[in-house]
Amino acid sequence: MRPILMKGHERPLTFLKYNRDGDLLFSCAKDHNPTVWFADNGERLGTYRGHNGAVWSCDISRDSTRLITGSADQTAKIWDVKTGTPLYTFNFDSPARSVDFAVGDKLAVITTDPFMGLPSAIHIKHIARDPEDQTGESVLILKGPQGRINRAVWGPLNRTIISAGEDFVIRIWDSETGKLLKECDKEDGHKKPITSLSKSTDGSHFLTGSLDKSAKLWDIRTLKLIKTYGTERPVNAVAMSPLLDHVVLGGGQDASAVTTTDHRAGKFEAKFYDKILTEEIGGVKGHFGPINALAFNPDGKSFSSGGEDGYVRLHHFDPDYFNIKI
Amino acid sequence: MADVMSMEDIHATAARLNVDLSSLDLSSIRLPPAEDFGVVSDDEDLKGEESLEFEEGFANIIVVDNLPVVPKEKFDKLEGVIRKIYSQIGVIKEDGLWMPVDPETQKTLGYCFIEYNTPQEAELAKEKTNGYKLDRSHIFAVSMFDDIEKFMKVPEEWAPPETKPYTPGENLQKWLTDEKARDQFVIRAGTDTEVLWNDARQSKAELVYKRSYWTESFVQWSPLGTYLATVHRQGAAVWGGATTFNRLMRYAHPQVKLIDFSPGERFLVTYSSHEPSNPRDTHRVVINIFDVRTGKVMRDFKGSADEFAIGGTGGVSGVSWPVFRWGGGKDDKYFARIGKNVISVYETETFTLIDKKSIKVENVVDFSWSPTDPILALFVPELGGGNQPARVSLVQIPSKEELRQKNLFSVSDCKMYWQSNGDYLAVKVDRYTKTKKSTYTGFELFRIKERDIPIEVLELENKNDKIIAFAWEPKGHRFAVIHGDNPRPDVSFYSMRSGTNTGRVSKLTTLKGKQANALYWSPAGRFIILAGLKGFNGQLEFYNVDELETMAQAEHFMATDVEWDPTGRYVVTAVTSVHEMENGFNVWSFNGKLLYRMLRDHFFQFLWRPRPPSFLSPEKEEEIAKNLKKYSKKYEAEDQDVSLLLSEQDREKRRMLKEEWDRWVSEWKRLHEEEKLERQKLRDGEASDEEEEYEAKEVEIEELLDVSEEVISFD
Repeated sequence: MRPILMKGHERPLTFLKYNRDGDLLFSCAKDHNPTVWFADNGERLGTYRGHNGAVWSCDISRDSTRLITGSADQTAKIWDVKTGTPLYTFNFDSPARSVDFAVGDKLAVITTDPFMGLPSAIHIKHIARDPEDQTGESVLILKGPQGRINRAVWGPLNRTIISAGEDFVIRIWDSETGKLLKECDKEDGHKKPITSLSKSTDGSHFLTGSLDKSAKLWDIRTLKLIKTYGTERPVNAVAMSPLLDHVVLGGGQDASAVTTTDHRAGKFEAKFYDKILTEEIGGVKGHFGPINALAFNPDGKSFSSGGEDGYVRLHHFDPDYFNIKI
Repeated sequence: MADVMSMEDIHATAARLNVDLSSLDLSSIRLPPAEDFGVVSDDEDLKGEESLEFEEGFANIIVVDNLPVVPKEKFDKLEGVIRKIYSQIGVIKEDGLWMPVDPETQKTLGYCFIEYNTPQEAELAKEKTNGYKLDRSHIFAVSMFDDIEKFMKVPEEWAPPETKPYTPGENLQKWLTDEKARDQFVIRAGTDTEVLWNDARQSKAELVYKRSYWTESFVQWSPLGTYLATVHRQGAAVWGGATTFNRLMRYAHPQVKLIDFSPGERFLVTYSSHEPSNPRDTHRVVINIFDVRTGKVMRDFKGSADEFAIGGTGGVSGVSWPVFRWGGGKDDKYFARIGKNVISVYETETFTLIDKKSIKVENVVDFSWSPTDPILALFVPELGGGNQPARVSLVQIPSKEELRQKNLFSVSDCKMYWQSNGDYLAVKVDRYTKTKKSTYTGFELFRIKERDIPIEVLELENKNDKIIAFAWEPKGHRFAVIHGDNPRPDVSFYSMRSGTNTGRVSKLTTLKGKQANALYWSPAGRFIILAGLKGFNGQLEFYNVDELETMAQAEHFMATDVEWDPTGRYVVTAVTSVHEMENGFNVWSFNGKLLYRMLRDHFFQFLWRPRPPSFLSPEKEEEIAKNLKKYSKKYEAEDQDVSLLLSEQDREKRRMLKEEWDRWVSEWKRLHEEEKLERQKLRDGEASDEEEEYEAKEVEIEELLDVSEEVISFD
């Protein structure tokens, strides 16, 4: 079907997230205003105003009442989804990059970038039911990885944290003690910075995308490499279909090289791969720049992509898509 | 050996480290035996190689002998004379001239040492002044300082050289006996060089040999495919073997830049150019011709870059490569180079000029050999402002007899194209129009193999069309031309003999408005690729010239290179590292079906391994072509087996992958189920994430929108 072009951001997109019911789509961009859209028709519902820098990522609570965002203005904010009012602000000494609610929404993991001599860090915060009781204290701070941590998410039963970033290594940490439990195999691992990480719906495995032009599928408990998907482009964004055994990879060349490359050479396509056979199924073109963000609707019947060009494209699948055989 | 410590040093160090030396029994320390302390180096290059040239070596020093023996008073005068002679050749280092004096008699000893800035200068000085006559009784004997030691060691008595027992070498042509008749190719990407089989049936490439840092600049196959040559700082090397690649021979040539094989791969020409120590001088060029098998230098040429830069348009630092062009086909009998007003033809029996002199041709600017016969084609441009016409002439070697000559008027430029069998020569002639403001192009077609070599003039229908590309059909009678001025030029095909008309060239067809700027004939003829490289972004058209029809059109975006395999079955298009993106290559069948592709970052080179010519006689080849059905049956059956096997393997592989995946999924399901309760607890008892919490209910809602009553009359 014709994609719905959602124009609301003035700067490149950075992150996309559906709520659990799949009726709302939250988008983050380098402009300062996270935006919420109707996931069905792409109508804009509203924006969350208050950040003073690029917003790098967001997460939505299970009941769709709380939104958490991490921004380059060195804060992470919790918002009331319905009214758009900021409920609490976590202040850091460096830009906040990735945010993720734990199962039960009582904890959140927030990563901060290396900045002015400070190393990158992973912070675990308590999220209070009532915003009145919210405090800024960290339950735990993890440090160690070199360079930026691009994404940190919760493992099964909130017992572990999985982090990945610029030092090519995927790590599993104990979320209670802060101990480093596992690092991915050097041989199997990515050879260039990891840009994105996306968990499966049931949280049993996850997909990482890297500038080394590949995406890799890992078991979340053992950190065993299951699959590798090779592409021709650096991968900026990854997503897994909750319905079919498909994965989507998005990317393109560096933003700085966009103007000097033919649009056909850039390959700003969202590429679909068979999850099991790791073979390419097809591609969805459209963006005028690399794809920075991808997300599947939890029903698996639509997905959206966000590009360096500032657009979100919402694609509802044609019926043919569900009968693809390779 | 490294520094030798004095005893004081040892004491000082000991004091610094607070070690009481007297408590140490130095003789109790035992070093492992031998110079390498028992650790054998595994670097074979280190063992085999002669020590590299070091800055502090003596290669830049010469010894001049047979000088006059003079008393003290005349010392300065003699030194002045010597300095004058030798500073003309190169820059003598400060205090670089030393003439020893006998302490008893205060007379010179009749020799001196001269140190130059570079070894090249020293060598040049030795060459130029050895045998220099200062006067009748003083003829200079000049030698390299490094050689003196060698001369001293010459044994007094001659001993017969040992004859080494013969050890049979490997079969260097083993790759030709491949059961599946596949071809090999070499690729260079990043620091790796790989040789692979093109396994087109399986749609993939199979690795034969891979090595990192195999070469320091590029690799090159020898013309018959026997050797793979690599280029290093110390020289060139060739590799080959039955199953893998071993180093067969090395050719020492410091700082070698370019190499070139003779067509029969008997000889290897290496080239280097050296910075002069005096910046006003030109670069010094050294060219060596090696015998490929023995590694012996057959002849070397040295001189300034200018001497090698005449004619041609100039490639690397003014020298057009190859400087020496090989003639006479695969026998490697002759080679020639162009000089000022001369063509120097050498023969490989003695490596000297034929008849001991070059062929004098006033103002010659270009020449080329017939690919098969010892015939030279020369081009001399117009002289005296048009009073003397330009000419193209064919010269027979070794007789130097002129076979045919053609005068051409108001010519601006000429280019010569030989057909691969040497049957035809096409000369593209750019002529001035009457106003001399623009040029137009025509062709002079020579039929070399016919009596008296008839020449035919061919002009395009539209005389003003620019010629973008020209190519002969290999081993055939046809040629293709891309011509036209507009962005989409036309492509025309001509035949030198068509049907009844064997003596005249005739046009076969013209394809209008093609996105093409390069022509690539299949080495077997008949098929051609019209390629639009560079500005056309890699457009490809696979064209059958027999049927005059397009077989396929395709695109390999940004393609920079097109290479047919030596059999004409497959063709490769590659994007090399001139582009940043898309680096890698595509393998196509001759009719334009994409078989497989390989992507490699920093992709530098793709080269098919050439094949030596077939041993089949032309009659036999014709017979096979006629009864192709009979021969092809066997291969078709094989192909079918392979494709069946492939689909079988594919199915099996898929099944395995599926099973493996299912195992993962069931494991995950189990763990997910186990953790269900705990997850529920984390969510404050809220039911877990499964579908069960949703209940699909059909609810019927009736809404009354409007009620109205109307009385309908029955009439």
